[in-house]
Amino acid sequence: MLEILISLFLLIGGIFALIGSIGLARMPDLFMRLHGPTKATTLGVGGILIASVLHFSNRGDGLSLHELLVTLFLFITAPISAYLIARAMLHLRGDKDA
Amino acid sequence: MNRLLPQPLFSLFLWLLWLLLVNSVAPGQVLLGAVLAVALPLLTARFWPDRPRLRHPLKLLRYIAVLLWDIGLANLTVARLILGPTKRLRPGFIHLPLDLEGDFAITLLASTISLTPGTVSSNLSADRKTLLIHALDVEDEAQVIAHIKQRYEAPLREIFE
Amino acid sequence: MLSAAITIAFTCIAAALLLNFWRLLRGPTLPDRILALDTMYINTIALLVLFGIHLDLTAFFEAALLIAMMGFVGTVALCKYLLRGDIIE
Repeated sequence: MLEILISLFLLIGGIFALIGSIGLARMPDLFMRLHGPTKATTLGVGGILIASVLHFSNRGDGLSLHELLVTLFLFITAPISAYLIARAMLHLRGDKDA
Repeated sequence: MNRLLPQPLFSLFLWLLWLLLVNSVAPGQVLLGAVLAVALPLLTARFWPDRPRLRHPLKLLRYIAVLLWDIGLANLTVARLILGPTKRLRPGFIHLPLDLEGDFAITLLASTISLTPGTVSSNLSADRKTLLIHALDVEDEAQVIAHIKQRYEAPLREIFE
Repeated sequence: MLSAAITIAFTCIAAALLLNFWRLLRGPTLPDRILALDTMYINTIALLVLFGIHLDLTAFFEAALLIAMMGFVGTVALCKYLLRGDIIE
């Protein structure tokens, strides 16, 4: 039962990570490319990390929650990276308010 | 609160962070975590220009729940937009006038916008009055602004101001 | 069941990394390359955690956390360099 749940999270994670990268590869301009990695990829890694929490908590040496730390860290940093990259692009294009 | 714990919630956060990092609740780690949770806010106090004041911690929890739900939705929306035909997308920049004032609250709002459906915050104007947002597919600019204001900015104002 | 799921997830992440690499080579602008690199860091974390589940070892967690931190610092430093022409002001 738990194995099915872990497999499900792994699949969700893998597919979303792939979708995010497809967005990065096929969108026509930088600002549109930003959307894929900031959202889909964070959830993709999140899914795999949740699968890892379930898998290692199930081994018998107690709850293993430290993978949540990576998820939390990614959720905090992904918007900041995206913001800085967008700002750098605006700056390079010569927008006055960047 | 008092001189030993200038930021009680920050201390609580650090304590939980330490326990997660070492992945154990052994008494020694609990104690070490508590020491760090008291020491770090005191040592870093001068790096905090304005201390965000939390008015309603429970509303913050509700906000986080809404946010997690919306992140899930955002991923489905963006996945659909990414895999669909790119020619039909209508990308564009939106200027969002800000009502929030604190740095921390604005940061939270900008991060929220980046994590939720079809929008990425890209620039904050120098006077902190407008946030430039890039949207992947906009139908109605005013509607996007109204949605962000009502769903994210209003609760953040209640929590922090 | 689990091993099949792990194999599929490995394939997805590997394909994602190849797409990131393609964008890294192709550009066309510097921010594009930074974004590609940033996405590669994130996908590498997924790959490491997946490898940990596959081998049933928790030792990869620290590496994943370090990559997450260094990746973020790297992205910020590169963007700051583009914005200001300097990293430490």
